[in-house]
Amino acid sequence: MAKYLLLKHYRGAPAAVNDVPMDQWTPEEISAHVQYMNDFAARLEKTGEFVDGQALAPEGSWVRYDGEGRPPVTDGPFAETKDLIAGWMVIDVDSHERAVELAGELSAAPGAGGKPIHEWLEVRPFLTAAPNVTECH
Amino acid sequence: MNEALLRSLTPSVLTILVRRGADFAAAEDAVQDALVEAVRVWPADPPRDAKGWLVTVAWRKFLDSARSDASRRRREDLAGEEPAPGPTPAADDTLQLYFLCAHPSLTPSSAVALTLRAVGGLTTRQIAQAYLVPEATMAQRISRAKRTVSGIRFDQPGDVATVLRVLYLVFNEGYSGDVDLAAEAIRLTRQLAAAIDHPEVAGLLALMLLHHARRASRTAPDGSLVSLAEQDRGRWDTASIAEGIGILQAALARDRLGEFQAQAAIAALHADAPTAGETDWVQIVEWYDELARLTDSPVVRLNRAVAVGEADGPRAGLAALAELDDSLPRHAAVAAYLHERDGDLVTAARLYAQAAEKASNLAERDYLTRQAARLNARTRH
Repeated sequence: MAKYLLLKHYRGAPAAVNDVPMDQWTPEEISAHVQYMNDFAARLEKTGEFVDGQALAPEGSWVRYDGEGRPPVTDGPFAETKDLIAGWMVIDVDSHERAVELAGELSAAPGAGGKPIHEWLEVRPFLTAAPNVTECH
Repeated sequence: MNEALLRSLTPSVLTILVRRGADFAAAEDAVQDALVEAVRVWPADPPRDAKGWLVTVAWRKFLDSARSDASRRRREDLAGEEPAPGPTPAADDTLQLYFLCAHPSLTPSSAVALTLRAVGGLTTRQIAQAYLVPEATMAQRISRAKRTVSGIRFDQPGDVATVLRVLYLVFNEGYSGDVDLAAEAIRLTRQLAAAIDHPEVAGLLALMLLHHARRASRTAPDGSLVSLAEQDRGRWDTASIAEGIGILQAALARDRLGEFQAQAAIAALHADAPTAGETDWVQIVEWYDELARLTDSPVVRLNRAVAVGEADGPRAGLAALAELDDSLPRHAAVAAYLHERDGDLVTAARLYAQAAEKASNLAERDYLTRQAARLNARTRH
């Protein structure tokens, strides 16, 4: 089993095929989209492949250490930030092929006009725990 | 086996152990162990005296752990006595337990966790699931909380207001897993109301009952939020509403108004209206005025602007809103609503989309996006 992160971007991903902001869809199209996402997660729970899924608010800030005894420095949010994560799903699957297959299904979620969004999702493998068998065969 | 009965006995069993000289943290662990044992044993062999059984088993668990503890002296002091199950502790004892678990030295999340375990009798796993954190994390949070309150005398007087804030948090936040936190908050508040005669405890209980009564109608079958005006009022739980209103009226009659009674009064006015159009908005505005005097909260003023918009028209609502800081959470959502009522659909749609970006939960974000989409679809035609 290997864990993969499926990342959805507000910004920073290549443009989707059906690239229309959600507030320009009809309410029924939004319902259909939400239903598709919920069904997708429920199906992965049934197959034993779902680990976690979360959505993020679009606005955050940058924070860094500023030295002993000083409060952290905060900055942002930066409107020009190129990459903005919208949310993720973590899956635990048997192969990279399976991860790609599932990301493809997720990207097919319906959008404007009830047609698939064809949105680009980023698929990132987790680094695993060190194996116990370390000798070369 | 009756889990509700088992859990309702938790506070009195725990306070009996503490009265007998067990320190709070160890007693609390022992009661948890006894609850687990009860779940295992009772189905096949139910005891005649449930509470007596729990006290005996919890006390034995406590002595076992004291025995294996390094603190020998303490063990010898206590192991000698093996008292019979004591008398029912006074309601006072239950109250003390609430105070301790909501002690001001605890952070809100710690107070919530400790209250759910020590007063509510929930397991660490159930609490962890309800707040979506790993069980080990929740176990640490609870044991740190117990250490924090370990120096506090059990009979020290506490402040009801801190307890009410904790119970309100339990009612209002958390995820619906195995445990229904809203129902649990109502149970704990009801139990508190039996232990102390206080109009704000009654006010909070009424508030919870009145909101809980609307729960079935608050979400559509697809999980999306349904606004108060659009809810199917036939699905409201009339028994819960009647109980809430009765409790509220008795509390208000005592003339010691507080913020929970005022909030419950607003909820009661909504519950009283057979249709959204028949809502008594003038009275609701008056209650918001009271609430603003009691709390001076900008969130209250924001909600008041909505009520003013209904009572005196959207322009009046927008004027009330103009006096408030537009960085307030939900400011854009309220502005969008009032602009829509005023007929300015384009502005309303833009504000709804902006509000969706600021939403703090997914259901609300979807709701606001849908509102923007609905108006955008109308203005396109």
